Amino acid sequence: MRISSEEKGGRAFEGPQREPVIALFLRSPAVIRLLKLVLTLFLFALLWEAACRAFQVPSYLLPAPSRIFAALFGPVSFLGDGLITLYETLLGFAAALVVGVLAASAVVVFPAIADIVMPLLLMAQLVPKVAIAPIMMIWLGYGLLPKIALAFLVSFFPIVINTASGLSSLEKELLDLAHSLEASRWQLFWKFRVPSALPLLFDGMKISITLAVIGAVISEFVGGSQGLGFLILMANQQLNTALAFASLLLMSLGGIVLYALVELAERILIPWNLSEERWVKAGGL
Amino acid sequence: MGSADRVAAIEARGVGMVYNRKRTSLVALEAIDLTVKKEEFVSLLGPSGCGKTTLLKLISGLLPPSAGAIMVEGAPVLGPQRKIGIVFQTPALMKWRSVEKNVMLPAEVLGLERKKSRQRAQELIDLVGLTGFERKYPHELSGGMQQRVGIARALIHDPSILLLDEPFGALDLMTRSQLNLELLRIWSERRQTSLLITHSIPEAVFLSDRVVVLSARPGRVLDILEVSLPRPRTPEMRVGRKFVELVDQVSRRIGLEYA
Repeated sequence: MRISSEEKGGRAFEGPQREPVIALFLRSPAVIRLLKLVLTLFLFALLWEAACRAFQVPSYLLPAPSRIFAALFGPVSFLGDGLITLYETLLGFAAALVVGVLAASAVVVFPAIADIVMPLLLMAQLVPKVAIAPIMMIWLGYGLLPKIALAFLVSFFPIVINTASGLSSLEKELLDLAHSLEASRWQLFWKFRVPSALPLLFDGMKISITLAVIGAVISEFVGGSQGLGFLILMANQQLNTALAFASLLLMSLGGIVLYALVELAERILIPWNLSEERWVKAGGL
Repeated sequence: MGSADRVAAIEARGVGMVYNRKRTSLVALEAIDLTVKKEEFVSLLGPSGCGKTTLLKLISGLLPPSAGAIMVEGAPVLGPQRKIGIVFQTPALMKWRSVEKNVMLPAEVLGLERKKSRQRAQELIDLVGLTGFERKYPHELSGGMQQRVGIARALIHDPSILLLDEPFGALDLMTRSQLNLELLRIWSERRQTSLLITHSIPEAVFLSDRVVVLSARPGRVLDILEVSLPRPRTPEMRVGRKFVELVDQVSRRIGLEYA
């Protein structure tokens, strides 16, 4: 026992970098925020349940949380559809990450092409995605591909913008330092620009992952035969509102988990950024 | 000092700098003549916006002058050069790198041998008094410590000339005077030619062999004062009569321009 307590003391002394990832995660502001959220939602659900029972609201209008909960574990299995939507979301997001980072890098390394690429990206962003979804079906069929494509289209813009501004946000003095050492274009990019862009890239990924969920669901709405979006559509047609709510709940829970995973990745991959941010957040809590 | 035989480390002849904007042009520097001898410590003193930083950029080869010529160790400055190390106004550290990795950065960029530069980095970290902080990240350090890292980084590739652009400007007075002593010690150990930009008259006098006083914009050399304090300089000198007289002399030289 004594040895283990000494070990703990030693670890605390070494500072935040050496803590095990799990401990860091549990004490992280993100997890504390999550707990707060869960508690709030629980109280909200209690009120909702009470109101539904007191006023005897019909279930097709507004299902009580207990009915939504029942629907979650009811005859309809969410697992398959949930996994489909998750798959579309993740592939769309991955594509957005790769294409977004490449596009942003190209624009920053070769500023000459920015004039062509940026307006095109903006146009792609401004087109309403719901309007594009049917066209995607025509081009890519009714399988998973058009869903992935839409998730990609919806989510890549924040990645491009954030990466591009991250790559060009290098401190003036560091740029002078690079020039004074006659750093090559390659060195300037990899040693100076890329690391300084990572915090903004992760911010972009956080926005992007939530948008990717929306993109996948929109696409399932417009023309799908599976996935959580399709499930909501079916439930609405059958006036099975509890089932629709259950799907919505799963969808947002999934979104929150994905968001938390991006944050966890950020915590692990760029601890130098978060340890600085933590102070800011701690002050704000 | 009998330094007539030394080759000039930095020599500026008739250097002028004009920044051309869309409609106006800004004359930052005008007809600067300046010589810094080898192993000499010279300070540039002048009001804000008088082009001190511009002059440093010209010497380091980051900018070409609009007029005149600059020679470093006998060779004309055509671009950035290895023999110069720069300490910036802000520490300008990479927050994703540890102290050791920050110090080693220039060596990496220049492609110096890794093993040797790691050893050198350790020596420099010891020299600036940061032993034990090698693995710390910049956000774990105080402002003064960060600037020490900046100094170690500027020295990693063994430059013969050190340019310091108001490195202690953002620090509190206690940290600042402590770092003045450190810089003095580092300079006396390594003897790299040093050119320091500063706003602080006592700092300039305490550290330098000569103080160059620049005018308000456009920057011109108003006066060059020899600092006749003996070396090695000690903290006690800062309250001595001679020091106070010299500070007063420089103050008046600057005050005259404003009158």
